[in-house]
Amino acid sequence: MNILLNNKPVRLFDGSTVKKLLENKNIKNKYYAVEINRKIIPKSDHETYVIKDGDKIEIITAIGGG
Amino acid sequence: MSKLIINKKEYSSRLILGTGKYKDFDETKLSLESSGCEMVTVAIRRMNIGQDHNSKNLLDYVSPDKYTILPNTAGCYTAEDAVRTCELAEELLNGEKLIKLEVLSRSKTLFPDVVETIKAAEILVKKDFKVMVYTTDDPIVAKELEKVGCECVMPLGSAIGSGIGIINEYNIKEIIENATVPIIVDAGVGTASDACIAMELGCDGVLMNTAIACAKEPIKMASAMKYAVIAGREALLAGRIVKKQSGSASSPKAGLVTGD
Repeated sequence: MNILLNNKPVRLFDGSTVKKLLENKNIKNKYYAVEINRKIIPKSDHETYVIKDGDKIEIITAIGGG
Repeated sequence: MSKLIINKKEYSSRLILGTGKYKDFDETKLSLESSGCEMVTVAIRRMNIGQDHNSKNLLDYVSPDKYTILPNTAGCYTAEDAVRTCELAEELLNGEKLIKLEVLSRSKTLFPDVVETIKAAEILVKKDFKVMVYTTDDPIVAKELEKVGCECVMPLGSAIGSGIGIINEYNIKEIIENATVPIIVDAGVGTASDACIAMELGCDGVLMNTAIACAKEPIKMASAMKYAVIAGREALLAGRIVKKQSGSASSPKAGLVTGD
């Protein structure tokens, strides 16, 4: 399936969960948040939440700012 | 000396630092340490996926165990975007509700859009966020934001990153005198004397970023700011003398060897 990850097209295996996506992208930063189609997916749901074709996914973090 | 209390937490330092514009994370970390600050702002952005996985990120250097992390809504121009950013920040920081709200206008002044700011503050307070809000130095707007339920109101000294200092001391004083929440000058500080003046005026704290990060020696400037904030606060509590038009001798007239 195809998704948009941080506004870039990405191919994923069908049935991937949010947890799988994070593993797949090797995200080790422990400070992050995931939003799918403008809805926040809490960390407690990452293992079970199944991504769908066409989902718009944002993974955000904290950076330097004033 | 009384402490600053924000969201029921006591702070010994009245200086809050931004973490943008530093050369690298080491410089950020050392500057924060040198300033003695206990609260720092961060921005919320898309993760740079695919970067070097061994590379560190800001919060590895600026630990939430050591500092209160204050996520900001910089880059938001509408109440809707600001609320979305705060909700992402809450998830990112595992349920922390303290945020810095800033909704800017799309003008080169970077002035706050106060209409959208008030709208966002109302929504965020209803969602139980603890809002530290960046605004103009307009006393009426500052009071309105307090009435809406903001934790703390943060008027600008002057435009973000301008380094001009506090343009309208009378407005800042007016805001302080009418306030029942902490007032923190946010933006415009250029050097130590600006921070000192903010504290002498009676501000509860000062928030700055560029003045330190873009100084020739940020770590040294961070230390200067620490002392400036302490000096200003102590001078306020000590009570300054009244300004007089003519001189008043410090040495007694009696006992002069040249006298009678």
